[in-house]
Amino acid sequence: MNGLRVLRPGALSVLQDGGRFGWQHLGVSPGGPLDIQAAAWANRLLGNPWGAPLLEVALGGLELLATLDTWLAVCGAQMDVCVDGKPRPGWSSFPVQAGQVVRLGYARQGQRCYLAAAGGFLARPVLGSVAAHLREGLGGVRGDGRPLLRGDTLGCRPARSSGGRSVPWRFRPDYGQACELRVMAAPGHEAALAGLFAQSWTLSPRADRMGMRLEGEPLAASAREWSQGVVTGTIQLPPDGQPIVLMADRQTMGGYPVLGWVHSLDLGRLAQCTAHTSLRFEPVSLEDVQRELREFYRFFR
Amino acid sequence: MIRCEPAGAEALLLTLAEQPNAGLPARLAALVDRIHAELGPLVVDLVPGWTTLLLHYDLLRTDHAQLCARLQPVLAAWERSVGVAQSTRLHEIPVSYDGEDLPWVAQACGLSVAQVIALHSGREYRVGAIGFAPGFAYLGELDPRLALPRRATPRTRVPAGSLAIAERQTAIYPQASPGGWHLIGRCSWRLFDARRDPPCPLRVGDRVRFVSFGAVDP
Repeated sequence: MNGLRVLRPGALSVLQDGGRFGWQHLGVSPGGPLDIQAAAWANRLLGNPWGAPLLEVALGGLELLATLDTWLAVCGAQMDVCVDGKPRPGWSSFPVQAGQVVRLGYARQGQRCYLAAAGGFLARPVLGSVAAHLREGLGGVRGDGRPLLRGDTLGCRPARSSGGRSVPWRFRPDYGQACELRVMAAPGHEAALAGLFAQSWTLSPRADRMGMRLEGEPLAASAREWSQGVVTGTIQLPPDGQPIVLMADRQTMGGYPVLGWVHSLDLGRLAQCTAHTSLRFEPVSLEDVQRELREFYRFFR
Repeated sequence: MIRCEPAGAEALLLTLAEQPNAGLPARLAALVDRIHAELGPLVVDLVPGWTTLLLHYDLLRTDHAQLCARLQPVLAAWERSVGVAQSTRLHEIPVSYDGEDLPWVAQACGLSVAQVIALHSGREYRVGAIGFAPGFAYLGELDPRLALPRRATPRTRVPAGSLAIAERQTAIYPQASPGGWHLIGRCSWRLFDARRDPPCPLRVGDRVRFVSFGAVDP
């Protein structure tokens, strides 16, 4: 298959799409990109539909050999992008030709970068999605959930010039700015929520595609007994009192008390934070989140 | 009293009972079917728990208030159906009781290994929820004489097919994973296979019986 051959896979590069929905009742995680804005822009620059398969590159260090002529776009964390050693701008689309080497350097700001190809990468869906989920062994380039490996080929179709496009500056996030996450409050944990909003938190190094652990003054909440379904962005409070924000590769059910839910459009910002970053929470209403999210979906979907 | 509350911006949580009961999983399964029939593509995912139902919805097609209104008659009819017998499937799952924690479990419960096996295989279980991992079915209720807290330190790797117990529940690990339950046996059934349709033979509300096979030292 033609496309992009992997010379160096980088620290953790995973194929993603819109997510694996419709199977949560069997315990299957939805997955999907951690930063939905950056992923949506990368696809949009190439005229791809919402959820077209693209690559999520954590930390960078990726090197690919093009075996056909096509167009690519890179959005998200700041990484040096080069084609045969010549720099290309981020948040933009650019052409590559067969035989050229595409290189993504190490992230200088942010953590995760999205590389899209015209028409989307080709892979066999598992349960309706190509999203790679390592723990569950589902999706990805080989269908077994593994991240990208050396020698893999990201299949794609040849594409002729569509003209380079860039994301307008006003839509590009600044990952260097203070991280403030808006939270919808869950009922029943007023004291713990007050504690959540009152202090600043530190992102633990134990943060991955499943959940982001935070460190601070421990919070207390009464334990819940029976596991129930959870959503992406849920703030759980395990017995040690240190909150965990559930991310795209989350489990489908949880038994810890739920303090609230992070605004879906702020999760991408969280995913771009490096370990030990300081962050704060502030309240937001359900109506505000739904209005902004609808706007976002109408624009991109 | 059924509660209908937002769970983030794209889901709502129905709380159908304060405590689980033996008949609830089968009734929840019937409610899942009814909601799918009523709401169709508005529903993205519908996740039953022991006492709850989490409904992930498509925010571009509906909102919380509209869903609650449309669910009201469905829930009212469901509440009136209390006592109506639900037809449920029974799975007889062959297992060998030779898990590495079995002698320890027997000792901790003050029973012989044979008694543990007799108690575990001597009753029918209900699938109360499927979660933690694809195809991981929480089965209840375990005989109170076998109830033990989870391990203080979870194992980093529990082999696929392990039959395990913790508190008042029992389960089979569908794939190798970390786990804090006590391993009492093994099962050769594949409880999750993405290439199969459906990928998991069990669904919430189903009945399960374990059938002992193979030589087991009493």
